[in-house]
Amino acid sequence: MGMTVAEKILARASGLAFAQPGDVVEPKVDLAMSHENAALVINQFNEIYQGTELTPRIWDASKVAVIFDHRVPAESPKTATNQKKVREFVAAHALAKFHDIRGDVGGICHQVLPEYGYVRPGMVVVGTDSHTTSHGALGAFAFGIGATEMASVWALGVAVNVEVPATIKINVRGRFSRCVGPKDLILYLIGQLTAQGANFKVLEFQGETIEQMFTSGRLVLCNMSVEAGATAGIVPADEETARYLSEEAGVTDSLDLVQPDPDAGYEREVEINVSALSPQIACPHTVDNVKPVEQVVGRPVHQIVIGSCTNGRLDDLAMAARIVKGRKIASGTRLLVFPASGKVYRQALAKGYVGALMQAGAVVMNSGCGPCLGVHEGALGDGEIALSTTNRNFKGRMGNPNSEIYLCSPAVAAASALTGRITDPRDESL
Amino acid sequence: MQSVFSGPVYVVRDNIDTDQIIPAQYLNLVPTIPDEYEKLGAYALCGLPESLYPTRYVKEGQLDSAYPIVVAGRNFGCGSSREHAPIALGSARCRVVLAESFARIFFRNCVATGELYPCEITERLCETLKTGDVVTVNLDAATVTVQQSGKVYSFKPLGDVRPVVDAGGIFNYARKSGMIPAQG
Repeated sequence: MGMTVAEKILARASGLAFAQPGDVVEPKVDLAMSHENAALVINQFNEIYQGTELTPRIWDASKVAVIFDHRVPAESPKTATNQKKVREFVAAHALAKFHDIRGDVGGICHQVLPEYGYVRPGMVVVGTDSHTTSHGALGAFAFGIGATEMASVWALGVAVNVEVPATIKINVRGRFSRCVGPKDLILYLIGQLTAQGANFKVLEFQGETIEQMFTSGRLVLCNMSVEAGATAGIVPADEETARYLSEEAGVTDSLDLVQPDPDAGYEREVEINVSALSPQIACPHTVDNVKPVEQVVGRPVHQIVIGSCTNGRLDDLAMAARIVKGRKIASGTRLLVFPASGKVYRQALAKGYVGALMQAGAVVMNSGCGPCLGVHEGALGDGEIALSTTNRNFKGRMGNPNSEIYLCSPAVAAASALTGRITDPRDESL
Repeated sequence: MQSVFSGPVYVVRDNIDTDQIIPAQYLNLVPTIPDEYEKLGAYALCGLPESLYPTRYVKEGQLDSAYPIVVAGRNFGCGSSREHAPIALGSARCRVVLAESFARIFFRNCVATGELYPCEITERLCETLKTGDVVTVNLDAATVTVQQSGKVYSFKPLGDVRPVVDAGGIFNYARKSGMIPAQG
């Protein structure tokens, strides 16, 4: 029997000819990413060496990435002190892939990693962030781990005791209609699979719609795969992956575009045709509470967020700018925009998107996780409703359990900003 | 190692996410600092909505919970990779979570930190038990006995996970088994 992309990558990284679901393997790690929670990893890492004669040493300083994005700039002295401690560790251990709070090289980890060409097809990527699944968009096997496991990766360079997950094949056909895109597809899929439907599984995205999708869209699909419980989401690497890495990330190395075998074994297959898909909305308070926009239109919203590791990329800002350009955001509604990286921000400035958004009334913030973490910027008032292009609508996610969060695409978010109510972006009267 | 845990249960439903287990505002607390570890316990499950969970897991002003066993439905611990989630529960003196299923990262974080035993049970106990009911969990037998009814339910044996949690997490386990060499 053949292997899926995940099985191939895990087998190879573990020095095996073959791997199948249920095997337990110890893959070598190609890239290990942390954000501010590197502070925790550092504590655990030092703990390993206590009571030994060994000197704490990172297995390969070129393979560890640290990117500040969760609380940038620091919201409190405590956070600032944690960040300072991480900076000192980064310097002491000469970690090469460090992205501080900066407008040139800074940004959200799940944008910076692909943007700098750190992620390549066939890699094993681990991150102390559940949305590390994003990097499957480039044909890597990428998954989230906790700080203690990361400390062990820093010491050993392998992920221990990793179960080879079964793979669910998601076969996507058809063409998106106007103002419908990857976010609507993944929300629809999560609604179908449920929040735990892919627990301990891999989602492998295939089909003509995926082949025609840019890497930015594939990042949305893989980013939110974890919201169905998936260990990882993967798009088999192809010409588009090679284009993205060479044109947008400046990668000149040769790539290994790992493909699934024709006789690979899938636990099951899900067929989706997107041609008739409406914009989708995840309603409070779970990501799998998904409805077509038609069922939710008219709901008043107080705060709209466009950005995050899910939908803060250039094409997302372009879509939002196109919809609000020359118009005004409804009074009583605030629109906060968080570009996914400094680079995205500068490109959006050059193309006039930032200007168009601000002229319409949006507040364009610095790149970072912003309100999606719920501790920093853009808190909600009691009884307020947010509409957001982020990835989680858990109760209290934006810092206030007495508020509600709806999730949507950038097109729905921008159209709704104009009316102050959840709005179908296909509405011709807009 | 202790293998039998008795006490009142705290019952929650499906999809209890890590924001409900420990809201992000408390993630600045550093678990390796003893005072801050203790404080994390005070906030365990504080993100549960009061309208659905009027009895709080940890009483106001206390650091530990009166409920050493949490009974949950499906997908317990979904959401972020924050290790603070099992740590907060462990700090509040939770020893066992009996859930129909766990999110992967949370399950692994329970084992890596050794804070608590994540036990998977097919029986939907969150429908039949209520907060305060007393049960006895026997890890060796992989059973849970409900005191009032005397009913006994089996759960999936912990297998390789057990010795790691027994040891207090992967590093203590590695030390114990000689994978991390001791000094001298």
